Amino acid sequence: MTLAPETTTTLTVRLRPAATAATAAPGADDGWLAVCDLSVLIPGRGVAALLPDGRQAAVFMDRAGRVYAIDNRDPFSGAAVLSRGLTGSHRGRAFVASPLLKQRFDLASGLCLDDESVRVTTYEVQVE
Amino acid sequence: MSTTAPAGTGPRPTIVLVGHGMVGQRFLEALAERGLTATHRVVVLCEEPRPAYDRVQLTSYFSGRTPEELSMTDPAFLADHGIELHLGDPAESVDRTARQVTARSGLVVGYDTLVLATGSFPFVPPVPGKDAEGCFVYRTIEDLLAIEAYAKARATTGAVVGGGLLGLEAAGALQGLGLTTHIVEFAPRLMPVQVDEGGGAALLRTIEGMGLTVHTGTGTQEVVTGDDGAVTGMKLSDGSTVATDLVVFSAGVRPRDQLARDSGLTVGERGGISVDEQCRTVSDPRVFAIGECALASDGRVYGLVAPGYEMAETAAATIAADGMSPELSAEGMPPAVASGTASFTGADLSTKLKLLGVDVASFGDAHGAAADCLDVVYSDSRSGTYKKLVIGSGGELLGGILVGDAEAYGTLRAFTGSVPPIAPEQLVLPAGAGAPVQLGPSALPDEAIVCSCHNVTKGAIRGAVTEHSCTTVPEVKKCTKAGTGCGSCVKVLGQLVTAELEASGVEVDKGLCGCFAQTREELYEIVLALRVSSYRQLLDRYGREDARGGDGCEVCKPAVGSVIASLAPVIGAENHVLGGEQAALQDTNDHFLANLQKNGSYSIVPRIPGGEITPEKLIVIGEVARDFGLYTKITGGQRIDMFGARVEQLPLIWTRLVDAGFESGHAYGKSLRTVKSCVGQTWCRYGVQDSVRMAIDLELRYRGLRSPHKLKSAVSGCARECAEAQSKDFGVIATANGWNLYVGGNGGATPRHADLLAQDLSDAELVRLIDRFLMFYIRTADRLERTSTWLERIDGGLDHVRDVVVEDSLGICEELESLMAAHVDAYRDEWAETIKDPEKLSRFVSFVNAPDTPDPVVGFVPERDQIKPDLPLLAIGIRPLEGSAQR
Repeated sequence: MTLAPETTTTLTVRLRPAATAATAAPGADDGWLAVCDLSVLIPGRGVAALLPDGRQAAVFMDRAGRVYAIDNRDPFSGAAVLSRGLTGSHRGRAFVASPLLKQRFDLASGLCLDDESVRVTTYEVQVE
Repeated sequence: MSTTAPAGTGPRPTIVLVGHGMVGQRFLEALAERGLTATHRVVVLCEEPRPAYDRVQLTSYFSGRTPEELSMTDPAFLADHGIELHLGDPAESVDRTARQVTARSGLVVGYDTLVLATGSFPFVPPVPGKDAEGCFVYRTIEDLLAIEAYAKARATTGAVVGGGLLGLEAAGALQGLGLTTHIVEFAPRLMPVQVDEGGGAALLRTIEGMGLTVHTGTGTQEVVTGDDGAVTGMKLSDGSTVATDLVVFSAGVRPRDQLARDSGLTVGERGGISVDEQCRTVSDPRVFAIGECALASDGRVYGLVAPGYEMAETAAATIAADGMSPELSAEGMPPAVASGTASFTGADLSTKLKLLGVDVASFGDAHGAAADCLDVVYSDSRSGTYKKLVIGSGGELLGGILVGDAEAYGTLRAFTGSVPPIAPEQLVLPAGAGAPVQLGPSALPDEAIVCSCHNVTKGAIRGAVTEHSCTTVPEVKKCTKAGTGCGSCVKVLGQLVTAELEASGVEVDKGLCGCFAQTREELYEIVLALRVSSYRQLLDRYGREDARGGDGCEVCKPAVGSVIASLAPVIGAENHVLGGEQAALQDTNDHFLANLQKNGSYSIVPRIPGGEITPEKLIVIGEVARDFGLYTKITGGQRIDMFGARVEQLPLIWTRLVDAGFESGHAYGKSLRTVKSCVGQTWCRYGVQDSVRMAIDLELRYRGLRSPHKLKSAVSGCARECAEAQSKDFGVIATANGWNLYVGGNGGATPRHADLLAQDLSDAELVRLIDRFLMFYIRTADRLERTSTWLERIDGGLDHVRDVVVEDSLGICEELESLMAAHVDAYRDEWAETIKDPEKLSRFVSFVNAPDTPDPVVGFVPERDQIKPDLPLLAIGIRPLEGSAQR
């Protein structure tokens, strides 16, 4: 696999699993992984990133410039497609609708808005 | 012998119901609704080995319905209400002095109230051989199973004695069993009670057309048997013979009143237990009779289920009223009937049936018995359609007969007794014959009965919406029972509920979604008039208050994206679906210009206009599919679908296809899909026009046109209609003089035949009319509304659309044409543009941080020499969901 080289001239989007902060060893890189330049993101549209452990993250930016990352796997179908869904906002909270069967997932919490027993993993995001 | 407590001494009074058929079950439900099952012990004695089932739908057993599916009794209903049901244990005698019923098993049950719902038995004419092996009646599931077993074992031919309603049902069953089927009817026509001579003739033609042999005007003289005593044929009264292995007697039914006779209850001269208007027997105030065993106070025995239900309701209401009155006096005099108590004084014999697949309906004074009445008759022998309306001297509709097409039954029956608001002939002419009926249920009076099975009026349905806050058809069905019988009124019900919601105080939010309070049509007008070329701008200015400045949603983004795309050339918006802001509005299919499949791979459909393709191009498709390992399948729209492409392969595949002269087929878009064609005049000996040329012209003209939903079309070269144009959004059929244009057709889950919009058009006239039609549809339809539903929804329907696009009644045709001209001029192939644009191409990767790596969960396994998605690979990938309950 080839990872895109990091650039220093533009802002970079980094992620790490939401649970990492507490467990990361002090002095390590804290688990942050650079995935792409911020300029690649189009508001309302997602991209997928391949993580070192084989997982996939779906990364989104909303109109206000906030960046979110959740697992790319659609738990209802198993296909890795959430990054290709349409985003929206409901009462100020950002969501993505799966492109397969249209279930919506809250981008901040990973909770499925159409079936509260389902949740996808979320990632912490850093833009620097 | 077991004996239960005698009447009156137990803690709760006892109601005994004899018979658990459809009417018996309805009676139990009526008791439960009135709370009588809580205050009374209810015991049911049933002869058949199974609880009440839908006898009316018996024949559906042969189209795959199981006896269980025919059941009308939920076991929980009986348990919840503490009803004691004894199956296979018919009542054998009634001692009215001791108030006890004795069943076959020896069970003795005391009663305070006895209800007889014993139904009827089939009448078997007293002909020699009637009891031979191979003779059957058609009444119960057991009869049906016996016929089936005998037919499978030893019959190839069957004959039904009786060409009435039940006889035709039975004939349908025999045909369903694969038997060569005869029908013998004594009267000069089929269904003599329901239809007149003309209707009978239409029915006869249709039924003979199905391969059944009908013998009318002749009776059965003798059933002939062979050496083994089994049926071999019948001798008829006209001297002819019919060879048959099986005979089903279905020559009418008689009330089962023996139990009543034996217990000294009064019965009618020709049978039936005599009851009063409360369904109480005239002989004993503690005994009621309901359904087909009862002789109603109007001197008739009703063999239909709807009057039976009404009697069940009446009896239950009367028993409830009795309970509130002082005890029955020692002399057994009935208590004064409480005012407002239900009564049954006779019933409408209106029926609508589907017999052997033919719609037959009759209602009101079907045979024109009233003085001075006149007929309006429409008869079409070709289609087997016959419709007659009986009109009174004052212009009021008295009744009618419908054979072959009973679509108008619900409306017509509801208007019976009143003067219809439009001319009667318009009510019987078929749609498309120049005068389609535009008579919505809103024209009905409140007292009109919409559901005749449960006697529910339009007023009651409106009340369900306005007083009981029902907002959907299922809620109204639950609240009023309307539509839960035969189901023929459900369509009218839906229209009434919608109309009532709109008309009443209930606010119907017609907004597109949570972001916009406007309909799609209104947003189209805003975008066009104010030249709004961006979604954000539209949302921030015209969105709902709390949605402004937000991110919109998955509903309005593609819908607005489509409106802007449709109008892009005239409002100066970005014209490429992946250009600028447009890219973020598209569903994933549009976003990758391909169709997403279940494992995250895509399918590709190049345009093959009119289904015409050169061998060279076919070879290219084959080579591309082979080189990329794609699964190929021919589509219903005369083109080729290639499945299993990964996102990063799409540009490579399309580079090859574009080089070979292909362009996007827009299979992924809410836009024109294909224009199918037959080979037409060029090759076909029947063709009268060049259908392929026209299909190609139309497909190339409208390709890429974004619309509220997908658009399908076809062109047939002659009236044989091999291209199936009448199932398309716009379909063209060649005539000797030009082209006929049909619109609003649909296949799929709700098929609809297209309506004829205009006839004998020249090439130029045809194209101009389609331009106008499509642009008017794009302008006024809702999101995801196909032309078929649009045409049925918009006010004025087809007539209105014809006025607008043919007569230019709104004066907008010039504008519609210029909008289409702008689209045609601005069309460019999306894929050719995309592969030339590095910025757009950069999005065709599985991973933003690993552009050369394919998605590892998109995998394939072989099947029938091609590939299919590797679904276990997807399942392996699914990890347990963190912090969530098991799904």
